[in-house]
This record gives sequence, C-alpha cells and structure tokens, in this order.
Amino acid sequence: MTEATTETNTEAIRVRGVHRRFQLGDQTVHALNDINLDITQGEYISVMGPSGSGKSTLLNMLGLLDVPDEGQYWLAGKDTVPMSEEERAGYRRDHIGFVFQSYHLVPRLSARENMELPMVLAGIPPAERRKRLEPVINRLGLTERAGHKPEQLSGGQRQRVAIGRAIIMQAPLLLADEPTGNLDTHSGADVVELLEELNAQGITLIVVTHGMALGQRAKRRLRMVDGAIVSDDTFAIIPSEEPAL
Amino acid sequence: MIRLQDHFTFTLRSVTRQRFRTTMQLVAMAIGVLAVVLLTGIGEGGRRFVMAEFASLGNDVLVMLPGRKETTGGLPPLTGEGTRDITLNDAQSLMRISGVERIAPIVVGTSRLSISGLSRDSLVLGTTQDFFNIRDLAFSQGQAFTTRQGSRSRAECILGATLRDELFGPKRALGQWINVADYRCRVTGVLTDSGTGFGFDMSNALMLPVDNAMQIFNTEGLFRVMIQIENIDAVPAMTTAVEQQMTLRHDGQLDITIVTPDSLLSAFNNVLLVMTFAVAGIAAISLLVAGVLIMNMTLIGVAQRRAEIGLLKALGASSKEVRLLFITEATLLATSGAVLGMLIAEVILLGLRVKFPEVPFATPVWASASAIGISAVAGVLFSWIPAQKAAKLPPVLALQAQAGK
Ligand SMILES: Nc1ncnc2c1ncn2[C@@H]1O[C@H](COP(=O)(O)OP(=O)(O)OP(=O)(O)O)[C@@H](O)[C@H]1O
Ligand SMILES: [Mg+2]
Repeated sequence: MTEATTETNTEAIRVRGVHRRFQLGDQTVHALNDINLDITQGEYISVMGPSGSGKSTLLNMLGLLDVPDEGQYWLAGKDTVPMSEEERAGYRRDHIGFVFQSYHLVPRLSARENMELPMVLAGIPPAERRKRLEPVINRLGLTERAGHKPEQLSGGQRQRVAIGRAIIMQAPLLLADEPTGNLDTHSGADVVELLEELNAQGITLIVVTHGMALGQRAKRRLRMVDGAIVSDDTFAIIPSEEPAL
Repeated sequence: MIRLQDHFTFTLRSVTRQRFRTTMQLVAMAIGVLAVVLLTGIGEGGRRFVMAEFASLGNDVLVMLPGRKETTGGLPPLTGEGTRDITLNDAQSLMRISGVERIAPIVVGTSRLSISGLSRDSLVLGTTQDFFNIRDLAFSQGQAFTTRQGSRSRAECILGATLRDELFGPKRALGQWINVADYRCRVTGVLTDSGTGFGFDMSNALMLPVDNAMQIFNTEGLFRVMIQIENIDAVPAMTTAVEQQMTLRHDGQLDITIVTPDSLLSAFNNVLLVMTFAVAGIAAISLLVAGVLIMNMTLIGVAQRRAEIGLLKALGASSKEVRLLFITEATLLATSGAVLGMLIAEVILLGLRVKFPEVPFATPVWASASAIGISAVAGVLFSWIPAQKAAKLPPVLALQAQAGK
C-alpha cells in the first residue's frame, strides 16, 4: 500500500497475482491465471489472443466491472479489491471510460443524451454538461446527428457516440473491447484514429482485439493464452505516424 | 450523486419512450383505482339517497312500537306474555301529553282487493287523517279521510298512485267502491306519486281508517304509532313523557319502544356505511391485483433492461441509484395510473348524477385519497423486489446480456 502510494504519479495500474475463475457446471474455467501488470499513464496497449483466452475478463477486471478472486489491483494508487460495490461504481465513473464491441447505447436516448449520461449520473449541473458536450460532439463529427436515436445512426457513428460517452468525464483510462469488431474497415479506421488521438493527448488506452492490424498499432502488445499473459512486448513505433489501418 | 431533476427526467423518458409497457401499467392501475372510486361513489350516493329519504320523515317524529327492544336488565316481566298491545285508546291518550302535536296510529297488513272481477293482493295501511299531515303526503285527486276524530269512521279508502293505475287504468277511481277482503269502501282520494318512504311503498298501498283496518285484520294492537312533537329539541323529554304515560296505562310495565329519528337514522347509516366499506374493500382487491401486475411489469422491465442496468453501473451509477430509478419509475406509473382512473371515475359519476339527479353520487374524499395513496404505496412496495433485483445485478453479467456472450 505504502509502496503504491509513492508511485501514484507515474503508475496508473498495478496488478499483482490476480486470478479469476468461473464455475461452468462442474468445470472450473481459469479465466485469469496469475496476472501481473504495470501500466504507466498514457500508454497504448493492445491485448490479443485466441477466443476464450481471458481478454475480456482482464479488461472487465481492469475496468472494475469484475473483481479478482485472488490478488491485488491498484488503480491510480488505490487498492480496489477491498472496495465496496458503491465505491467501485464511483471509481468507474471518475477514472474509467468503456467502449464495447456492441456499443451499449441506451436505445431510447438520443446520441447527445447518451453521451451526457455519465455526467447526469455524476450529478453535474446541466449548464456545465452542455459546456463539456459541445466540443466533444464537434470533435466526434456528430454535430448533425446529436439529436438522433442510436437506431438512426450507422455503426461507426454509434461507436463514436460510445467513445464520446467514454471520454466525457475526462477519465484517464480508456478500455475498449473489440471497438471495431462490428464495423466495416472504413468506419473501423475512423474509430481507431479517434482512439489514438485521445491516447496522444495522454489518456491510457487499452484495446482488446482479434485483428493483428489493429493490435500491431499499439506500442505495447500483450498476448494472452488460457488466462495467462504469455508475452508483453514494447515496440518503438509511434502509431499516429502511420495511416490508420 | 445524480441530481433530483435529472433523476426525474431520466425516469420520465423511460416512461414516455416505452409506450406499450407504460400503457399497460397505466391501464392496470387506472382500472384498480377506477373500481375503488366508482364503487364507493355509487355506494355513498346510495347511502345518502336513503338517508335523505329517511330524513324526509321529519326530525320531529317519534315512532312507538309494541315490545321492549332494549334489555335493561333485571327480572323478566311477570305478566306472562310480557308484551301488551298498543291499543287505539293508548294512542289517543298520547294526545293529552303537552308537546304532542299529532299522532297517527298505524296497522299494516296484506289483503285481497277486488273490483268487478279484478282482484289482487295489496298492502293495506290503516291510519288516521293525521298520518297524511305528518308524512306530508299530497293528493292528486280527492282528499284524506273525511271522518272526524272520535266518531265512527266511514267506509272510505285512499289509493297510492301505482295501485290506482293498476286497479282502474284510465277509468275514474274517485267514488268507486272496492272490496277489501269482506269489507267495502269508497275511494275518496288518490295520492300523488311520492315514491317510497319509511319502508313502505306508499304508491302501492291502500289506506283505510285505522278502526276499519283493525276490524279487517281482526286485531286490537297497533303496528306503530307516529308521534309528531311540537319542539324538535324536546325529543328526549318527550320520549320520557310518552314512556311514562304508557307505563301508567300498562300497569306499571314499560313494554313499548320508542324510536327517535336520530336512532333510526344512525342505525340505517351504520348498515349502509358498512356496505360502502365492503364495496370499497372489494375494489381495493383490484388495486392489489394492479399492484401485482406492476410488479410483474417491473420484473419484465428488469429482465429486458439488464443491459441498460449494467451500462448504468459501468458508467458509475451505484446500486442505490439503480434501485431508486426503478422505484421512481414504478411509482410514477402507479400514481399517474391512479390519477387517470380517478378522473375517469369522476366523469362516470358526473354522468350518473346527470342521469339520476335524485341520487347524490359522489366519492368521499377519504376514498379517493386512499385509493391514490394505496396505489402510490403499492407502486413502491411492488417495485421494490424487482428494483432490488436490478440493483444486485453484477455489471459484467448485465452487460453480457445484450452482447449475447
Ligand atoms: N461470467 C462468466 N461465467 C462463466 N464463465 C465465464 C464468464 N465470463 C467468462 N467466462 C469464461 O472465461 C473464459 C475467458 O472468457 P473471455 O470472455 O475473457 O474470453 P475472450 O478472450 O474475451 O474471448 P473472445 O475473444 O471470444 O471475446 C472463457 O472460457 C469464458 O467461457
Ligand atoms: Mg472477449
């Protein structure tokens, strides 16, 4: 604990000896097997590996959506395992933005309202919300579409709304689980470009993906097999210099 | 923490943008409340109608009947039968009490009436001239008995409006002779159609001078004696005076009962109130059913909205907030359904009042207020379980619901 607090400034994430097991019938699935990980603020990390290797489970754990059965996880210098569910909810809101493969937009809310939702949940006054929304909507190129319902938007637009929602609270950590999985190449490239732009501005970006092309854009690449991290390599590419996909 | 106003905006959107579910819940709750408000409104209208009818008897009329209804304790009466008839002389003696304005002795029975081959059974009421004055009965034809108090009665009778029509149809009734069992009387008057009152349907009755009726029914005892007093405030004093007089005449035995208008009214009032409550109770069950329906709908809502719940949690909503959102939604629906139901009920009651102006259909405030209150409470209570369920969902599981993973 003391050790962690002294390193808060640089170390965004520290994971030690984390295990997560699921009971499927009489079979135990070892979805996370002794995970150790240190991530510095502003890193760009891709997580790859075969299906069922535990990538989503890792991301959920990092996003405080799931709790390890064993091990420690410090987020921004705070030990999260002993936290209550309420505390974790607050932490998710302030520290973490999620982007899901299937967007997870609220169908009855407009694009603008979906992006506004985290601020509503945080109790931010409407005037302040409007002030923060405008630049984000502009930047995502959604000015014309802000009043539309998700069903009236294309996949790429929906994912951009989801990204808008993920960054609106200015969380330092952005977790994306196959963000381009449901998109065609063109809108996928769009989304990747957007995410990398955000990373370039200092946000920590962790992307789970099946696609080699996307995975290899990240400077640091994790590979998972059967719940364990089998390789963790850092490359000297600067992603934003290459054309997106 | 989510702001109160945003909380409501969010719920309101969820309610207004999911039309089918909202409509179903509104309808369920509206029907429940409609039943409560409407049924109590009708019950209460009936009660007030009956009470008004009884009140028309007048507050200044005491009714004396034979027998002692109240047991005052002590030994049972020694004189065999116990109850003695109230005779015509007993009744007339009451006129000597100061403060008594009028008395009307009454005997009642059923007899076979016949005129030229036509015959039917009818209510026969034996009484005196003053009965019509006390009851404020008006005549459409002819007049009340012509016999003067004290002298022997003439063979005359008075018909209620319906009875007149049935016996004579379009023909003239006044002056005709009617056989009442083996007694003959001449029609001297017909009552206006004044409806019911005091338990008798006067429009179906034939009225005879009391002494004649007593002969027909072969009785010495009166059924009732109506006593009109001069001063309404003197009801208790007059009751005592009449009781004393009767005790004196009946050898020291108090064997009559006096019913005051108040006691009569309150007795009937109680019966009718109980009925209104019973009806309200039955209707309340439908509210309960509506509550259960709301619970089901909320449960379905939780199942359908698992992904949304997971999302809200991922975005930082606490379990408490998720629970509160669901409860607010259910309560909002329950209350607006209740208000809707109440409005519909009020409109129907208004229609009823227009259609039947003589019955004051109206729901007492307590009934409407408690219907709304109960439905609001039901909204909270019955959404509690589903809301609790929603709040407990782990965010990961909830998110997987939609993704289908
Ligand atoms: N809630 C759960 N209950 C039971 N088993 C689970 C649960 N979540 C994940 N698992 C199991 O844990 C293992 C890892 O799952 P995970 O979703 O992390 O894989 P993944 O690497 O994301 O796969 P994919 O590439 O197909 O998305 C799988 O065997 C999966 O069946
Ligand atoms: Mg996955």
